[in-house]
Order: sequence, then structure tokens, then C-alpha cells
Amino acid sequence: MNEDSMKRIRKAERVNHFMTGLLYAVGGFFLVLLIVLAGYIIISGLRDLKPEYLSFTRQGIGNQFFNTVYLVFWSLLISVPIGVGAGVYMAEYAGDNKFTKALRVSMEALSSLPSIVVGLFGYLVFILTFGFQWNLLAGALAVSILSLPSITTTTEDALRSLPKSYKQGSMALGATHWKAITTVLLPAALPRIITGVILAAGRGFGEAAALLYTSGQSTVLNWNNWNLTSITCPLNPMRPGETLALHIWVLRTEGALHANSTEVANVAAMILVLLTLGFSISARILTWRINRKSTGEK
Amino acid sequence: MNRFKNEYAGRILVTICGGFLIVLTLIIAIFLIVRGSVTFTQFHHSVAEFLFSSDWSPEDSAGAYGGGVGSAIYIVGSLLTCGLALLIAAPFSIAAAVFITEISPELGTKLFQPAVEIFVGIPSVVYGWVGMTVLVPWIRDAFNAPMGGYSVLAAGIVLAVMIFPTITTVAADSIRSVSDNYRKAAYGLGSTRWQMIWHISLPAAMPGILTGIILGLARAFGEALAVAMVIGKTRAFPDSILSPTNNLTSAIASDMGNSANGGEMNMALWSMALLLFLISIACILVIHLISARSQKKMLGK
Amino acid sequence: MTREKVLRAAALVITGIMAAGAVGCGSSAGSTTTAAGSTTTKAAGSTTTKAASAAKVSGQITAAGSSALLPLVQDAADAFMAENPDCVISVNGGGSGQGLKQVSDGAVNIGNSDVFAEDKLDADAAAQLEDHEVCTVTMAPIVNKDLGVTNLSTDDLVKIFTGEITNWSAVGGPDENIMLITRPSSSGTRTLFKEWALNGAEESSSSALETDDSGTLLQNVADNKNAIGYVALSYLVSNSSVQAVSIDGVAPTLENTYNGSYKVWGYEHMYTKKGADNTAAEAFINYMMGDAYSSKLEGMGYGVSSKMTQNAIDAHKK
Repeated sequence: MNEDSMKRIRKAERVNHFMTGLLYAVGGFFLVLLIVLAGYIIISGLRDLKPEYLSFTRQGIGNQFFNTVYLVFWSLLISVPIGVGAGVYMAEYAGDNKFTKALRVSMEALSSLPSIVVGLFGYLVFILTFGFQWNLLAGALAVSILSLPSITTTTEDALRSLPKSYKQGSMALGATHWKAITTVLLPAALPRIITGVILAAGRGFGEAAALLYTSGQSTVLNWNNWNLTSITCPLNPMRPGETLALHIWVLRTEGALHANSTEVANVAAMILVLLTLGFSISARILTWRINRKSTGEK
Repeated sequence: MNRFKNEYAGRILVTICGGFLIVLTLIIAIFLIVRGSVTFTQFHHSVAEFLFSSDWSPEDSAGAYGGGVGSAIYIVGSLLTCGLALLIAAPFSIAAAVFITEISPELGTKLFQPAVEIFVGIPSVVYGWVGMTVLVPWIRDAFNAPMGGYSVLAAGIVLAVMIFPTITTVAADSIRSVSDNYRKAAYGLGSTRWQMIWHISLPAAMPGILTGIILGLARAFGEALAVAMVIGKTRAFPDSILSPTNNLTSAIASDMGNSANGGEMNMALWSMALLLFLISIACILVIHLISARSQKKMLGK
Repeated sequence: MTREKVLRAAALVITGIMAAGAVGCGSSAGSTTTAAGSTTTKAAGSTTTKAASAAKVSGQITAAGSSALLPLVQDAADAFMAENPDCVISVNGGGSGQGLKQVSDGAVNIGNSDVFAEDKLDADAAAQLEDHEVCTVTMAPIVNKDLGVTNLSTDDLVKIFTGEITNWSAVGGPDENIMLITRPSSSGTRTLFKEWALNGAEESSSSALETDDSGTLLQNVADNKNAIGYVALSYLVSNSSVQAVSIDGVAPTLENTYNGSYKVWGYEHMYTKKGADNTAAEAFINYMMGDAYSSKLEGMGYGVSSKMTQNAIDAHKK
């Protein structure tokens, strides 16, 4: 080997070392950034936490928390059946035809829609066209539009990742295709689908832009009122229902009137981040269990 | 016979679910197009005026028109903030994707993937809130920014943090799917890891990386509240990245409820919403174009 | 067996959704019609000693609109509900344009607005609405506490907001560039300020930080020494971090608004729809405008409509 190529090799190695170091630095940077970011939000939330902020009154965010959960519940009630159905179609029945193609394009279009555009669509349909007041159900419908494509994709992927033998076996035993789907395939794919739904729910909790002009920006609840037609009944979906994420946005607006609005927003941000963390971690544990189970069975 | 009836019923049921998605997409498109085109059909503004003029002085009363609907400032604001966000996020995201696929796959799956998921999961208002309470004052003090730190830079950084997971995830998937034979061949020829990454992995994964970048861009364009909280909402072209400006989503978020329903301003805001919709559709088309071209290339080889 | 189970479950889910939808629709109709329909006035309980305010109100009232008016209406609603336990009031923001649209559609009972309905709705729709000028709101220019400016002439104010003067030294302040913070052109606050403080002069928007809410504006002025903006007096009640500026030597106070010497004020409106049964809504509005609530109203920085002197009203006639 001559001097020249030795030099080149040495240079290549130096570059290699440098870039490896750099990539480690980038990787480390993002982990640190996440820890600092999440840590900052949680710590400032805890620092400002006072019991009255968690109460179900105008000063607290209990009602907003309830609205967040209730709104996501409604949105899942709508998006899960439709999304799972469409996912089953994509995985099991989709032929190579125009309908399937249109469905794929639609899903892509839906999943890339900005949430504010979806919110405006909800506003246009439920508020402007039907002439309702702000209501929680309109917000839930907007959020379900956002989670439909991800639930559909998860279902499709979950069904496709099942071993072919599941389907072949059950059909060989005389089951129809539909029976194979409902009794063998869907149950087998359920954990994965649930993981997808949990992630969709997690995202729904933090949604705000889609709710800005649908679900209303304040909330008045009476926890002794269980008359479903009353606007202060917590379970009535046709009442205005501001969520936690939206509350952070609104607190800027009226912020100046309440001296403690920054503290309330910090607490709300902390709760949202903790919710997100909780949902990501539970989805992760679920995935981990599935993987362990499926490798264990082999 | 009953079981076949169920077979058909089930099939029809899931087909209806699929059809619902198609119909929903069409309805969204039609509603937005109908509402967003009023500016041009009933209020007689030209598309060129809407896109390229900066004269924004629409009438704000039901049915009244005759003002200017030039949205160039909002459009430029969106372009600038998204461009800056890409400039910051793309190199970092690709580096992170390389790290979790080529350098340390173990750390990648154990630590990074969950971390990236959490990044995605943090709500956008929370990003905006932290941006407003931490980043904006920091920019004000560090750079002596003219408008108290509300700036293109702040918006760019917040957006960069928000789109980083998107680009990283898609790029990592793409690098992972590069055939191991390529890697082995490169190592066999005596290349270092970095040479293999730079000359083999990255070029082979390029279509996927581009797809990730465009998905990130689409997300940045449509992000509303986080940007609105830090951009400063000033109706002027920015002098520098430390100046505030405004963008499409912030304008919609702040003026839609105040403006008179059916008025010129209101309708111009709907035109902006239509523009956002068209941009997100355009992003999908570009991604399809990229994948079609790379497939053609693969087959050609 | 299992197949049937699955189908049954599917059917259950679907009926569930439909039923829930029906409940949803039913209740939405309920929230607007029962508000009027179930409104009954009953005699006060014998335990009440105050015979004068004997009539209790019941029913549902929904209100939406102006975010500037929201805190006041919420507070009044709490007070009103405490006195009338059978009455429920839900107040929402969303902006004046939205409030007017929703009351005009019959989606809510009361539409809150910073501006006259005629300014936002078409003439037919506006004619259907009944205006209640529930209170007055006074706008004050505000600057940073450290700036040292406490008074500006109308002339200077116009020059500052139109971008003609760009340095504080021109109006007796320190040598600092002026940072303008304004509200978006769709805001009622801006309309008022432009009309009565700037004599109709159009604000420069190319050099101004435009923020969609008074909270952010206040924060910005508090944070930046060279900033000037304007907010409603209600934002200054619990906030001493900024300096309110007098115009031509007249301080922005409620007294000066009442006696007509301070001109930058406007009415806040609560609109109801004519022809609908608004017994409960009107009782609530009357309560807000009444004597019992007036000190609370002033405490929050709003002006009582009935205290406006003829002098002040005349000064506001165009």
C-alpha cells in the first residue's frame, strides 16, 4: 500500500469517527431536549399546582378535564367502528379496483389534512349549516375525522401482519371469510388495534385547533344536574364543552383578568403531557406484551 | 344458507365503512371549495390578487365587499416559518434517523422510538405555550429582538421541534428498508461506516427521506395554535428572522370568530382555509410522484 | 353462535350510536326551545324576606359571542344563578361575529357583541334582533411603567398609531423606538379606539404587532419598555403591571367616562331575538343592568349604562 492510499484511509477513518461522534451528539441532544422539555412542563405544573386549580369550578380545570375525556370518548365511539370496518375492508376485501384506489387516496388526504381545516369543516357543517350553538359533539366529530385514517391504517396493518395460516386454517375448517374475520382474525389482531386506538385517543386529548370553532371556548357544568337535555348536564353532548388543550389557548385571551392564569395554564399543560406520557407508555407496554407473546408462541 | 347471508352482510358493512371515508373526503373538499371560492366568484377578486397582493383591507359586514383581500403577507409568513423549520429540522432529523438505524439500532428501538412517540404526542398548544413563555423571552433577551421576541425565528423553532418526529420516523423506516446486501457489499469493499452511510444508505433511502420531509412540511403548514402563540401576528413582511409576521393559520384562528359571517373578510379567511387544503393535497401528490419515480428507477435497473 | 354474538354486538353499537345521536339532537332542540318554553315565574319561597325581588326565574339561557364581554357575563351568570337556582346559564366566547350569527340563527338566546349588529349582519337579520346596551366599556392607551409617559395629546396619539412618530423622544419620552401593539381589524376594541381616540385615522398595521387578544397585549406592554397599546379598563382592574395613559390630560376612569370628559368608550351589547320568548334571558339582562349588580359591574371595570350623563351621550353622537 502506498502512502497516498494510507492517507486516504486514515482520513476516511477520521471522518468516520467524527461523524459517528456527531450522530451520537445529535441523538443525545434530542433525548436531552425531550427530557428537559417534558421535565420543564411537569415541574412548572407541579410548582404552580394548588388544590383549587383541580376543582370542578370556574377557577379549576376539573370540568375541562372531564370534557377532554368525554369528547375523546365520543370521538372514539364514532371513529372506531367505522375505522375498524374500513380497515377490515382494506385488509380482507379490497380488490385491485377503482374503489380501493379511491379509498387509499381518501385516507391519505384525510390523514394529511391540517387539524384547523378539519375544525373549520366541522364549524361549517355543524355550527353554520345546522345552526347549532357550540357543542361538544361537533368537536368530537371533528376529532373523529382526524383519528379515522390512523385507526383504519392500524387495523389494516394489524390484520395483514397476522400469519396467513390463521385465515387458511379457519377457512379450511369450513368458516366463511366473514366468520374467519370476526372469530379468528379480529380477535387475534385486537391487541394491536387497541394500541392504535390508545395512540389515537392520546392525540385526541391534545387536539385544540379542530375544537376552536366547534366545541366552544368555555364550559359551565352542574354536577347535580343529570337531566340530559340541560345545557349544564355533564353528560349532554350538545352543550358547549371546552377541553384542556383549548383552555390553555383561551387562558391567553382572558389571561389578564385572572392573575393566576399562567399558573393554571402550566398545570393544564402538565396534565396534558402526563396524559400523553401515560397513553404512550401503556401503548408501548401493550406492544411489548404482544411481541413477547407472539415470539413465545413460536 | 344463513352463513352466506352473513358473509354478504359483513362484506357490505365493511365496504360501507370504506365508502364512508371516500364520501367524507369528497364532502370536505366540496364544502371547502364552495365556501372558499366565494371570494373569487361573488366578490370578484382575482386569484392573483389573493395570492400576490399585500393589500389586506376586506370589508367586515355581511354581504359587503369592495376591499382588498391580498393575502401575500400571510402566505409568505407561512412559507418563511415552514422553510426555516425545515432548515432546522431536516438535518437534525436525518441525523437522528441515521443514528437509530445505522449507528445504534438498540438504543434506537429501546430509547429513541418511544421518545419520538412522546414528542409526537405532546399537544401543539403545549408546544406553543412553552414557546411563548420560554422561547420568546429568551429570543428577546438573547438577540435583543425588536418586538419582544415574537418572531419568525420563534415560530420556526417551535415548528422544527414539532415536525422533527415526523421526518425522523419516516426517514428511519426508509433507511431500515434499504437492503442489507448493499451494506455488506460496501463493507466488503472496505468502506468505513460513514462512507457506507453517506454513499449507500442515504442515497438509497432518499425517496423515503424526501417523503418524510414533505410530510413534515405539510404538518408545519397546517399547524395553527402553536405558531399563532409565538409569531407575533403582525401584518407586515418580516425584515429579518427576528421580526414578527403573520401566517395563514394564525389569521384564520384569530379572525374567523370575530368577522361577520358571510362578509368579505370572513370569506377571504375561508379562501385561506381552501388554500391550506389544496397545499396538503399538493403535498400528497408530490409524495406520489417521488415514489412513482423511484419505483420506475428500481424497475429500470 | 359467536357469529350471532358479533352481529348482535355490532347491531347494539349501531343502535347505541343512533340512539345517542337522537338524544343529542333532542337535547339540542331542547336547549333552545325549553329555554323559552319551560320558563315559568313562580312566587318566591315564604322564607325570603325581600318581597321586592320575589319573582324567581327558571329556565335555560345560552349566550355566546364577544370574548371581551365573556368574563363579565360569566360573573353575572354565577351571581344570577345563585339567586335563581332553577335557572341555568351557559356563556361562551367565540367572537362578536359568531355571537351575532348564532343569536340570529336561534342557536343561542343571547348574542354578546362589542359592536352594533348592523355593523356585522345584513339589515334584515339585524332588524330581527333587539339590542340591550348592558354596560359601557372604556378603552385606555397603556404603556410600560418604566417609560415615564403618563399623558399624550390626541394629536400625538394619532401620530404614534399611524406610524408618523416612531420614537418616544418626540413626545417627551426617552430615546426609544416606539413598539406599537394593536388588535386585529376585526376586533371591536380596535374599532372603538380608532373611532374615538384616533378620530377615525387608520392605524398603521405594517409597523405594529397585532395580537388577537387583550391578555397577550397586556403582557407585551408589561414586558417591553418601549411598547404602547390599548385595552379595556376591565383588564387594568386586577393588573398593575402597566401604566394607563391620559388623553389630553383626562385620565381613563369610569367617572370621566360618565361625565363625558373621556371619550374613548362604547356600549357592550347583548342581543336577543325578537319574537322569541326571552323571559328568562331578559330577566338575566335586566339583572345585569340593575342596581343590585352595578357595584360588582363597576368593580370589574365596566361602566353602568344608566349612569352615563346626557353630556357623555351627546359627546358620542356623530
